[in-house]
Amino acid sequence: MTKMHIKLTVNGEPKEVLAEPRELLIHTLREQLNITGPHIGCETSHCGACTVEMNGKSVKSCTVFAAQANGAEITTIEGLGTPDALHVLQRAFREHHGLQCGFCTPGMITRAHRLLQENPNPTEEEVRFGISGNLCRCTGYQNIVKSILAAAAEMNAMKEAAE
Amino acid sequence: MNEMTSPTREERAAKLKGLGCSRKRVEDVRFTQGKGNYVDDVKLPGMLHGDFVRSPYAHARVKSINTEAAMAVPGVLAVLTAKDLEPLSLHWMPTLAGDKQMVLADGKVLFQGQEVAFVVAENRYAAADGIAAVEVEYEELPVLTNPFEALQSDVVLREDLDPAAAGAHGPRKHHNHIFLWEEGDEEATNQAIDSAEVVAEEMVYYHRTHPCPLETCGTVASMDKVNGKLTVWGTFQAPHVVRTVASLLSGIEEHNIRVISPDIGGGFGNKVGVYPGYVCAIVASIVTGKPVKWIENRMDNLMATAFARDYWMKGRISATREGKITGLHCHVTADHGAFDACADPTKFPAGFFHICTGSYDIPVAYVGVDGVYTNKAPGGVAYRCSFRVTEAAYFIERMIEVLAIELGMDAAELRRINFIRKDQFPYQSALGWEYDSGDYHTAWDKALKAVGYDDLRKEQAERVEAFKRGETRKLLGIGLTHFTEIVGAGPVKNCDILGMGMFDSCEIRIHPTGSAIARLGTISQGQGHATTFAQILASEIGIPADSITIEEGDTDTAPYGLGTYGSRSTPVAGAATAMAGRKIRAKAQMIAAYLLEVHDDDVEWDVDRFVVKGAPERFKTMAEIAYAAYNQAIPGVEPGLEAVSYYDPPNMTYPFGAYICVMEIDVDTGEHQIRQFYALDDCGTRINPMVIEGQVHGGLTEALAIAMGQEIAYDEIGNVKTGTLMDFFLPTAWETPHYTTDHTETPSPHHPIGAKGVGESPNVGGVPAFSNAVHDAFRAFGLRQSHMPHDHWRIWKTAHDLGLHG
Repeated sequence: MTKMHIKLTVNGEPKEVLAEPRELLIHTLREQLNITGPHIGCETSHCGACTVEMNGKSVKSCTVFAAQANGAEITTIEGLGTPDALHVLQRAFREHHGLQCGFCTPGMITRAHRLLQENPNPTEEEVRFGISGNLCRCTGYQNIVKSILAAAAEMNAMKEAAE
Repeated sequence: MNEMTSPTREERAAKLKGLGCSRKRVEDVRFTQGKGNYVDDVKLPGMLHGDFVRSPYAHARVKSINTEAAMAVPGVLAVLTAKDLEPLSLHWMPTLAGDKQMVLADGKVLFQGQEVAFVVAENRYAAADGIAAVEVEYEELPVLTNPFEALQSDVVLREDLDPAAAGAHGPRKHHNHIFLWEEGDEEATNQAIDSAEVVAEEMVYYHRTHPCPLETCGTVASMDKVNGKLTVWGTFQAPHVVRTVASLLSGIEEHNIRVISPDIGGGFGNKVGVYPGYVCAIVASIVTGKPVKWIENRMDNLMATAFARDYWMKGRISATREGKITGLHCHVTADHGAFDACADPTKFPAGFFHICTGSYDIPVAYVGVDGVYTNKAPGGVAYRCSFRVTEAAYFIERMIEVLAIELGMDAAELRRINFIRKDQFPYQSALGWEYDSGDYHTAWDKALKAVGYDDLRKEQAERVEAFKRGETRKLLGIGLTHFTEIVGAGPVKNCDILGMGMFDSCEIRIHPTGSAIARLGTISQGQGHATTFAQILASEIGIPADSITIEEGDTDTAPYGLGTYGSRSTPVAGAATAMAGRKIRAKAQMIAAYLLEVHDDDVEWDVDRFVVKGAPERFKTMAEIAYAAYNQAIPGVEPGLEAVSYYDPPNMTYPFGAYICVMEIDVDTGEHQIRQFYALDDCGTRINPMVIEGQVHGGLTEALAIAMGQEIAYDEIGNVKTGTLMDFFLPTAWETPHYTTDHTETPSPHHPIGAKGVGESPNVGGVPAFSNAVHDAFRAFGLRQSHMPHDHWRIWKTAHDLGLHG
């Protein structure tokens, strides 16, 4: 199969890959670019383990073709914080026990990140609805919701302090 | 000097972050940054991908398999069929239950999704192309999906078995029968029930479902032909057993096999078994000389690996008019699918189902379980429970409710008057178990008080009246459960997996500068072992948990153990950890005494140090002792500070709990809303309350799924109707309620630190709590029993059948 030349920006870095037209973005990220934070849980858009940000929107990269991401800006869990400077959400998930096996976590935090961009001050109900495209089998969500609300409060306090 | 700079005893203890501390998890630092290392993250040079051609039919003869076109597909390197595996005797493999299972279809297929051929290609896309090009000719055969019909049918499912020969668990009474397993005194039980004042009888069906961890099963097998070593990474809940099985099957000596369980994305029982994908990847690596990866997709996972439950439980329970239970009889028709691949200790083909007398003092009981072959996937795993314990808990907690209806009694009171009393422990159950410890009345009273039980019943009665007056269309259900689990398998004298005793192990090395590494025979799948086992050790040896590395899952480095399932890690490996820690402390005591120039008996342990008795200013800390162990020649003491313990538990542990679910049900739509869920757990000594709470939240949500919608359903010709996450219910954050957790603490008397295990309690107790809430809502209208899962349609149907739609 003829391969396509695809240019995209991942976590701020320009990348170029050759991919078959049928190649899924999650495979491009994981296998060509060695970005293994996003995971594959269902391949049918239900579980959200593969969630990344594409041009400012949460997408499930298991049902996006790499070709559709040509020219796109992608952010994955790897782009949210660094080991020396974790993102507020990354710290909050640890602080409030918002994860167990860790498999859904990259997608969950990436989704929560976008949710808080869209709605910086969500209610518990809005958080629950906002992450309902991301499944978790371990936590029962209670501590995930707690983590996201705590991160929102901290981010808002930081913003206020800066202003 | 020491005295002046020493922190207080309490400060020293707090610094350890030992038992009882809600220590933040060490695992999370990696996981929150996307730096976990799961099996699909393993990438080796030249690695190939393998995947299966699967049967579209539930029962068919395989007339021919043509691989020619597939081999011509670019990127395809090999296509394996049963014929290729036969010379290696690997076309069939033994199951954990004493049966055998086809690795690849040998002449026929017995369930939809069965593995027929294994295509090996340069990448997963080429493998998919290859799969599409394999031509298989099938001849359809009659399909049996109902175990009762299977036991009457002339259709022979397992033609490979001699119908007259006994199976692994005794005589077979029909060609589709697997075993009859019995416990208890049936004659005495029947006598007690037949002569009783009140008898309740019911068929309780616990439907087929699936653990469905977010990460599916997978493996990477790499045969290094230069050094003769086979390395296998995989989603293994029991890596050491996998190594032994791989050696026995392949003939490769065990020292030349290294099995690695990397990070595992949830297990819940799905990753206990050995699956054809593992075998085929290993064979393909040996054949091609290259690493071969196999990763299930979600549909494969739901269709082919590890179903759970599917128990038809016919019960009879008897009591006096006052409600004192006098006998319990249970017969189970157990649908095991096409091969008996249940993951139970070898001598227990129905697992520990005979814990089904539950929390109650029942004088006489009998259980008989008939295992049956059908055209469904094999499995029968313990999905977030000890072996068949959730089936047992659901059975008894439904029978109690039905008995309460028969007696016209309040179900909470009926439980209370039948609980095993605190002074009866250790308690011998009628079905042969010795319950180690419990205080059920205290837990029950605490739970009822916490939810305001009496007021809830008043509200419920008022609601029923309002409903009858036409003022509301919503009913209120109060779901009660008091469960007793049996976990921590188990004593080697009667518990084994394929002959391997179910002990577990811990090996500790203390480093010269006072930090440590401990390795265990278990493997975390999200339970947080790296966090909590370090806490056990911290309290035992006085080294801060933050200075202890915990490692599991690499058979080249970890001591042999039977793995993580059935809530056995804390009861067994946790005990081994404490015992190994005590060996370290015993040697440390000798070193301390030498350094302090006193007799061994003249020093005593104090949090993180040995002190001279009566002279607390004279002491040696564990860090000082560790250094001395490596740099001083101590007469009569070997250098170094290490220990290993293999722990054979003297008994199981018996965690228990009281759960109450308050549910609103819309009679017209069948929708439910959980208003309150209160969960009191008693898991003995609590190691990390934060982790316990997290386990309870998660287990309850899995219970919610099972009770309220999750099912592996088949149509009459054996098609799986719930093979994707579109149809197979996993609750989202939106459907999941808020839980209130609580606890009592009744330590296990035989466990070194008194811990009992908790990970599976919420599933075991949660399913009956949710289901009982649904039933309770309709009790006033005459409902006795309805089958799970209670999805909207079934609840609507229940209301409809009771005439509530006018």
